[in-house]
Amino acid sequence: MFKILKKEEMGNNVYGFDVFAPRVAKKAEAGQFFIVRQGEDYERIPLTIADFDREKGTITMIFQVVGACTKALSLLNVGDELTDIVGPLGKPTEIENYGKIVVVGGGVGIAPIYPIARALRAAGNEVTAIIGARTKDLLFWEDKMAAVSDRLLIATDDGSAGRKGFVTQVLEDLIKEEEIRRVWAIGPMIMMRAVANMTRTYKVPTIVSMNPIMVDGTGMCGACRVSVDGKTKFACVDGPEFDGHAIDFDLAMKRAAVFKNDEKLAMDALENRLKGGSCTCHSK
Amino acid sequence: MSQQVGRVAMPAQDPEIRNKNFSEVALGYSEEMALIEASRCLICKNPQCVKGCPVEVNIPGFIQKLRDKDMDGAVKELKNKNNLPAVCGRVCPQETQCEAKCIKGIKGEPVAIGRLERYVADWDLARGMEMPTKAEPKHKKVAVVGAGPAGLTAAGDLAKMGYDVTIFESLHTPGGVLMYGIPEFRLPKAIVQKEIDYIRALGVDIQTNVVAGKTVLIDELLNEEGYECVFIGTGAGLPHFMDIPGENLNGVYSANEFLTRSNLMKAYRFPESLTPIHAGKRVAVIGGGNVAMDAARTALRLGAEESWIIYRRSEEEMPARIEEVEHAKEEGVHFQLLTSPIELKGDENMNLVSMICQRYELGEPDASGRRKPIPIEGDVFEMNVDTVVMAIGNGANPLVTSTTPGLMITKRGNIQADEETGETSRKGVYAGGDIVTGAATVILAMGAGKSAARAIDEYLSK
Repeated sequence: MFKILKKEEMGNNVYGFDVFAPRVAKKAEAGQFFIVRQGEDYERIPLTIADFDREKGTITMIFQVVGACTKALSLLNVGDELTDIVGPLGKPTEIENYGKIVVVGGGVGIAPIYPIARALRAAGNEVTAIIGARTKDLLFWEDKMAAVSDRLLIATDDGSAGRKGFVTQVLEDLIKEEEIRRVWAIGPMIMMRAVANMTRTYKVPTIVSMNPIMVDGTGMCGACRVSVDGKTKFACVDGPEFDGHAIDFDLAMKRAAVFKNDEKLAMDALENRLKGGSCTCHSK
Repeated sequence: MSQQVGRVAMPAQDPEIRNKNFSEVALGYSEEMALIEASRCLICKNPQCVKGCPVEVNIPGFIQKLRDKDMDGAVKELKNKNNLPAVCGRVCPQETQCEAKCIKGIKGEPVAIGRLERYVADWDLARGMEMPTKAEPKHKKVAVVGAGPAGLTAAGDLAKMGYDVTIFESLHTPGGVLMYGIPEFRLPKAIVQKEIDYIRALGVDIQTNVVAGKTVLIDELLNEEGYECVFIGTGAGLPHFMDIPGENLNGVYSANEFLTRSNLMKAYRFPESLTPIHAGKRVAVIGGGNVAMDAARTALRLGAEESWIIYRRSEEEMPARIEEVEHAKEEGVHFQLLTSPIELKGDENMNLVSMICQRYELGEPDASGRRKPIPIEGDVFEMNVDTVVMAIGNGANPLVTSTTPGLMITKRGNIQADEETGETSRKGVYAGGDIVTGAATVILAMGAGKSAARAIDEYLSK
């Protein structure tokens, strides 16, 4: 069992847990992910690693409530236990000294970009971090990001913090002025696509982290198929990081929506369960 | 009582009822049926059936005990060799193994060994299982990677010999294909769970959520965690797709995904269980093996209006067990033979809407000995489907092999291991089951686990 040692509320339905998972913490590297299952009858949820502490044996997970299982997860508190955490899964970020690089974190994507920035900086890169959200209250970890980058730039859609506008615009200005060797972008698919489309015109290599629907996370089910340069890859074992210029984002977005219509049913069933109501499936 | 000529039929749920529920299809013999069937056995002095059993069960031995109504004795005889008899009694292809060698089969029907095995095993489960006496502890640690049929068998045998055995399993539930692959209606998960409980009761520690090659490396088990031997039984866990256009459309599943959602994640109880699945209205399952039958029959139970098996050879070449094909037909699965898809088509939301198919005819036998399908030029048609399940087999998952230096693999990525002993190119590392042979059967994996356990014991006793 995996005990929750710390809980953070970031606002906008974003939550963070530090969880005791020593085997995962021991092996975790930036860019990898893990799968969490809260308990019997819950889904297996893949989450990119937001942080890890090998000495304490903990990993940090940051998640946004988007459906029934993340809703249920958000209701847990310090001391509660998760039935299952498995990982680290996927390939780590390819950390090298590239020179001047930029990491971009959008919304909840700020979390997974953090350990990547830290590892890149430790490898000698000059790291510029750009983080963005719709509004100031939705930003988090500004201090942590500042601590692992040489320069931190902020963008909000409404201008309530940092520059008004999208992270893409901040990044484009940098690329115009400076010799940026490589970009990592993590966030909503629409943001990663926008970043990749922009950097393509400037020929700046761009890595994105895909978080498609998954079941096992070890290559067994193939649910997480993504198309990269027209070739099918499994995000769980071939990724989750891919060349952002080669990913078919349109396909990825449509695949991500496949179970959208089931969400309401799942949410109703969850509410019923949380109310202590008995299920009705077998009484019909 | 010995006047019964043919074998006693297996009672089963009515096809029209069972194709709408997930309860077990075959209901099992009553005591009376079991005794009649057992009376057909000749109790041969030189039993051929045993030679057909990969785990060497003393078949006449347990049948004799059953005949004598010494059920306790029958259980002991069975479990002396087989750690998972309630599973084997249900899913072994007996018709090509023990029963294929039965003398009674020469002039008539062979003894229904599998059904009798199931009867005895179920009797044991119902009474709450008795534990065998364990050997003296050897104070030697052995790690088993993968809690499927091969790993559970190896672990059970090693524990019985007195070793400290830990199984590392990547999923949240042990059982491997018995849990994620084979559907409830063919192998109830409560039965599998009881057999796993038996392995645990033998003293085996099962650690779930540990992915060998990721969470822990084989070399770490040997060098840091104090295991003197490792048995790798990770199975065939990398689904093949056909590499045809449209394969990434929504509505296209691998059989692994389709069955894992339904079986392991209990998506057939959605939304009570929170993992969803879409079976669609018209389902096409590509392939002709047992997995394809499982997927096609699962689709019906999930509410599909039509469920099709699409297979590029004829029924004669189908690798599925005859019983599974018959069950599928009884339940209303349609068969489109000598056909294979060449393209999948979707709508603007990338949801699957149809499948372009090519018709085939059979030519000369190929390397597998089966007649080779040859496309009939220009004979192409479109089939409206909203779900396609690819059940065309699995390759070797590289997670373990790519992270274990010096472990020799074949061209196909399977681990090279001695057929008799499971020895690999690495000292102290053994392997067996689908990761060695490529996708095969539960019982062959169990047989490999059994012989590897014996070899590991010899190695560690030196």
